[in-house]
Amino acid sequence: MSAAAEPAGTPTPAEAAETLRLRGIRKTFGSLTALDEVDLDIPRRGTTVLLGPSGSGKSTLLRCINLLEEPDAGEIDFGDGPTRLGGRLGARTVRSIRARSTMVFQQFNLFPHLTALGNVTLAPIHTKGVAKEKAEVRGRELLEKVGLGSKADAYPDRLSGGQQQRVAIARALAMEPDVLLFDEPTSALDPELAAEVVAVLADLAREDRTLVVVTHSLAFAQRVADKVVFLEEGRILLDGPPADFFESEDARLRRFREMVSSAV
Amino acid sequence: MNTLQLWWQSLPDLLMAAVEVTVPLSLISFAIAMVLAVITALGRLYLPGPLKVIPWLYVWIFRGTPMVVQLFIVFFGLPNIGIVLPAMTAAVVTLALNTGAYASEAVRASILSIPRGQFEAAQTLNLSRRTTFSKVVAPQAFRIALPPLMNDFIDLVKGTSLVFAITITDLFQVGRQVAASTYQPMAMYALVALIYLVIVSLLSLLQLVLEKKVSAHVRSS
Repeated sequence: MSAAAEPAGTPTPAEAAETLRLRGIRKTFGSLTALDEVDLDIPRRGTTVLLGPSGSGKSTLLRCINLLEEPDAGEIDFGDGPTRLGGRLGARTVRSIRARSTMVFQQFNLFPHLTALGNVTLAPIHTKGVAKEKAEVRGRELLEKVGLGSKADAYPDRLSGGQQQRVAIARALAMEPDVLLFDEPTSALDPELAAEVVAVLADLAREDRTLVVVTHSLAFAQRVADKVVFLEEGRILLDGPPADFFESEDARLRRFREMVSSAV
Repeated sequence: MNTLQLWWQSLPDLLMAAVEVTVPLSLISFAIAMVLAVITALGRLYLPGPLKVIPWLYVWIFRGTPMVVQLFIVFFGLPNIGIVLPAMTAAVVTLALNTGAYASEAVRASILSIPRGQFEAAQTLNLSRRTTFSKVVAPQAFRIALPPLMNDFIDLVKGTSLVFAITITDLFQVGRQVAASTYQPMAMYALVALIYLVIVSLLSLLQLVLEKKVSAHVRSS
């Protein structure tokens, strides 16, 4: 049960549109190899959970999808043909790849000088050119959806961490990306507040959206993942349905499961 | 003539000099200084490597030399190489360049203090560089830069008192003239100081109002 991702055969175009494909993604930081020729298929309308010890490269991989980290080499394909990464990408290419996905950060990274609604409407108005009134109507709907309809006019500093993260999710949803990326979305939160955020994530997962979630929460992975990817030292060690991960007898996976479960 | 009489008689001339010279000189110079400061700070942060040296040189020179020497070079020195500026123009140029150099550091520090996460959030939302600057960075940086910039503004107001040395009849120069003709320097300079203090106090008040305005979103201040 060596779990490295199998080299995928040539897909038919219909299949290609159903997956986001990463091929040969390599990223080094100085002498450290964060990602070593990673191949990954991310199914659409499903939740892919990336697990692994810290330093395994899972966050870097997630950030490469959104080009917050530019890979040294590799290809990315959102279903309409591969784009070669690495070298200097033009601003236009970067923007078009970024438009496909939106990141929700561990530390929320809300804009502190804008209200919850201001955070959610900023990019639709300025990136997508949506009229202000229309963006605000949609923004209020999205805040409603994450359970914060009454907090539209509150500044981030007046919100709890869980509320801030839910605003950040609404802000990402407002971009209507193909893929929503979550980088340890509950790691900065108390368990009680994390539960609020997990509930919102579970709702999103049920809506047939494409989610990619980096997390330490095995409970979350068990609850919502359609696919689990386990990374170690910049390589994919396992790529398959959640059961593969949770029932694996591989010593490293067992050790990881035990370590993470006992940490909480 | 007792002190009160002296104050009463000289006050109109002093106020006139303040309103006609000191205040407009301060306002115009500071406005130009702010433009210089933002351009210089952005240049030092974002210009490609070797070009960064241009804004750096500017700051180095204008922070590294006394303002009164700069005034003399601009007003008395430049005519030697064919550039003759009216006294007021020379004063505005010097004060603006000097304050701009200092203020650029406050602006640069304020931009550096914005957490990386803010830039990453702007990136993932695909905001353009221009929008990132105007809607994300500038509003947050302004709040941080405000106190040091008001410091520079206050320094500039007081610094205008040096322009008497290039023949401008500002508040301080009028005070000097009255002090010389009445032999009452103590009373006279005390009044001049008081008028500067009033002007600066108004600025401090302005700072208070602005800080409150730009801190509406912060709970703990």
